[in-house]
Amino acid sequence: MTEPVLSLRGISKRYGPLQVLKNVSLDVYPGEVVALLGENGAGKSTLSGIIAGSRTPSEGSMTWLGQNYAPATPREAIDKGVVLIHQELQLLPQLSIAENVFIGRWPMKNGVIDRGQMVRRAQEQLSRLNLHIPATRKVAGLSTASQQLIEIAKALALNARLLILDEPTAALGGTETEALFEQVRKLRSEGVGIIYISHRMDEIKRITDRIVVLRDGERVQEFADSATPVRTIVESMVGRSLDRLFPALPQPTDRPVLQVSGLTSPEGSFRDITFEVHAGEILGIAGLIGAGRTELVRAISGADPISAGSIRLEGEEIRLRSPKDAIAKGIVMVPEDRKDQGLVVDHRIGENIVYANLDKLSGKWITARAKQRLAQKAVVKFGVKGRAEQHASDLSGGNQQKVVIAKWLMRDPKVVVLDEPTRGIDVGARAGIYDIIVNLAKQGVAVIVVSSDLEEVLGVSNRILVLAQGKQAGILSREEANDVSVMELATI
Amino acid sequence: MVALDINEQSGPSGGWLKKLSGATGPLIGLLALCIFLSISTDAFLSLRNGLNILDQITVLGIMAVGVTFVILIGGIDLSVGSVLALSMMVMGWTANIAGMPMPVAIGFALVASAASGLVVGLLVTVFRVPAFIATLAMMSAARGVANMITDGQQIVGFPDWFTMLAIDRHFGILTATVFLMLAVVLAAWIFLHFRAEGRMLYAVGGNPEVARLAGINTQVVTIGVYVVSAILAGLAGIVLAARLDSVQPSSGFGYELDTIAAVVIGGTSLSGGAGGIGGTLIGVLIIGVLRNGLNLLNVSPFLQQVIIGVVIVLAVGAETIRRRRA
Repeated sequence: MTEPVLSLRGISKRYGPLQVLKNVSLDVYPGEVVALLGENGAGKSTLSGIIAGSRTPSEGSMTWLGQNYAPATPREAIDKGVVLIHQELQLLPQLSIAENVFIGRWPMKNGVIDRGQMVRRAQEQLSRLNLHIPATRKVAGLSTASQQLIEIAKALALNARLLILDEPTAALGGTETEALFEQVRKLRSEGVGIIYISHRMDEIKRITDRIVVLRDGERVQEFADSATPVRTIVESMVGRSLDRLFPALPQPTDRPVLQVSGLTSPEGSFRDITFEVHAGEILGIAGLIGAGRTELVRAISGADPISAGSIRLEGEEIRLRSPKDAIAKGIVMVPEDRKDQGLVVDHRIGENIVYANLDKLSGKWITARAKQRLAQKAVVKFGVKGRAEQHASDLSGGNQQKVVIAKWLMRDPKVVVLDEPTRGIDVGARAGIYDIIVNLAKQGVAVIVVSSDLEEVLGVSNRILVLAQGKQAGILSREEANDVSVMELATI
Repeated sequence: MVALDINEQSGPSGGWLKKLSGATGPLIGLLALCIFLSISTDAFLSLRNGLNILDQITVLGIMAVGVTFVILIGGIDLSVGSVLALSMMVMGWTANIAGMPMPVAIGFALVASAASGLVVGLLVTVFRVPAFIATLAMMSAARGVANMITDGQQIVGFPDWFTMLAIDRHFGILTATVFLMLAVVLAAWIFLHFRAEGRMLYAVGGNPEVARLAGINTQVVTIGVYVVSAILAGLAGIVLAARLDSVQPSSGFGYELDTIAAVVIGGTSLSGGAGGIGGTLIGVLIIGVLRNGLNLLNVSPFLQQVIIGVVIVLAVGAETIRRRRA
């Protein structure tokens, strides 16, 4: 075998008394894709930060192409050819694609920026990635998938020999993920080493050559064979055997709670949608990115207007002018973007729960004790690992999501809409969220779950509504639904 | 081969309009204003009045260049009016009370301005004071120092050559001060557009973390921008001294708001990372033309303030609506 591009030997990292990495060794060879797997907090981001120069190890050494390697800044790592592509895209929306690709290292001629060369070289990288957009176009308004590819173009322009992709598909739909994978394979064949961080097991099995599992800062196992069953890999990640990821679903009642008929959005992001959700039922909504899933559930929860159609709650037609109307009627939404729409992350958990329940407290003084009582009740009830007085930003993604769910469920809603409930949440914490969802249904709530994760929709739904380009492609019963039948409808 | 379904070819394409980026709306507004004033008054459309407007906007124009830089990196500078006064008083004291030559006095004035910008820059970067607070503090402190220099008194009477800078029209057209303003604007435009350091401002304002990861020293950029903004405010003070043939510590009161208004009317985003000098020049011209035209129409100064307020809202509102549609 050839020499590794990057070797890590005995890397440890301590923050005060907290040891986040223990004696990790890893080799990455040119032209291979290594999956780095682990729950949140397992040390994946710390490790990739060390490789990319944004953190320094407490112990251990690294070699790059046979030479000692100890980058002190991201710039040093980038100059050597190590590029980390962050989960949150790092582009400047107001600038052109070309400028984003060459940010910080503009090609110069006679002391001024050579814009012609900049655009030409950026265009070359874009076509290498099969992305046919003019490099002079502004980034603002491009799809997430295109932006993801521009990040990669940026890395290629730097002659990256090692790419670290951190959750690259978190915001991508099926087709876009395929396009990304195609580029990853192409880069691999060109001899680029790739470290691939993801929670999505099916992707990891498809795209990676080798799987390295981290748990509590230690390298616990390596799977060289992508035929290893998912269950074995997940069990190695969480360090215990998984009896089940998805709990058994309760039998729904035949009492319809929410009836939607002919619902159409003014911008045309969804058209003529008709379905009903019964008490105790979980309806999954599947579809590709851009199929109108989020727009549909936003309209149902009063966040966006509709231009035609009707919504009936327990048989009675309702008109929703704002989320406030919907909440008052008992329809609540756990939005897609935890940090932007679900939580005020800089505020305490207790405050966050109180914000959704201010009307319950109004008329009384909002005393520290009243807040504490309400918040503590929610924290205990939903198994949040944290205390009401902690800041939401201190919690892991899974626990933040539990807070968002908890703040609504204190109101005993009739309909709960969850948009991408486990995005960016590790496998261990997912099971906890699924338990909450199923328990809601058991209590007779009508639940709607929107998800890009096919396994998840299939696992928690009694029935699945599939959208394709804003149109209702079909509704599948639990018996009919499998990955093939859903994707067939979604790609109509 | 899986190709992305790319429906993204649309969007701004080439052409000279694009160079103005967000400023096409304000440009149309400026032209409409000029046409309206040309029709409704006799005095507006003349070379003489045009040159008057240019003379009247020199101080605002020079300050607005510095504030554009600050707003581009996502900051704000409330101290420029006070720094202008500080610069004037340092110059006046050095020249007329300490009796040193004018060029030395001007040098001292610019050094004092730069120092106040450096203090703001360090407060914002090293001590992480929000720019609004740091420059609010400097607005108060610099004004105080300006008053302390002469105990609040004005200083009158500078050499003839100095006051002629704002009066003598070279080639029968441009005074030295107007020429200075145009040179500052042009240099700033070239800097922002063609120099790596200029593009760094867009990166820092667009997303400081992206800039940092791209190897840009965001702290140095930030400090540099506040120093440049202060130096330009000081330079504007010297221009104002030449125009008035006197310096007083109450000069430039409220100028920071006019300046920010001009920059914002010109389409530079208060959240940073978008905009530019072309727009700022248009913003400055709109304010200059509006004041001049309203005077010609005999509109009271109080009503003028109301009208300028309305224009700010219209300019920014139109821009927001246009972006939302795009």
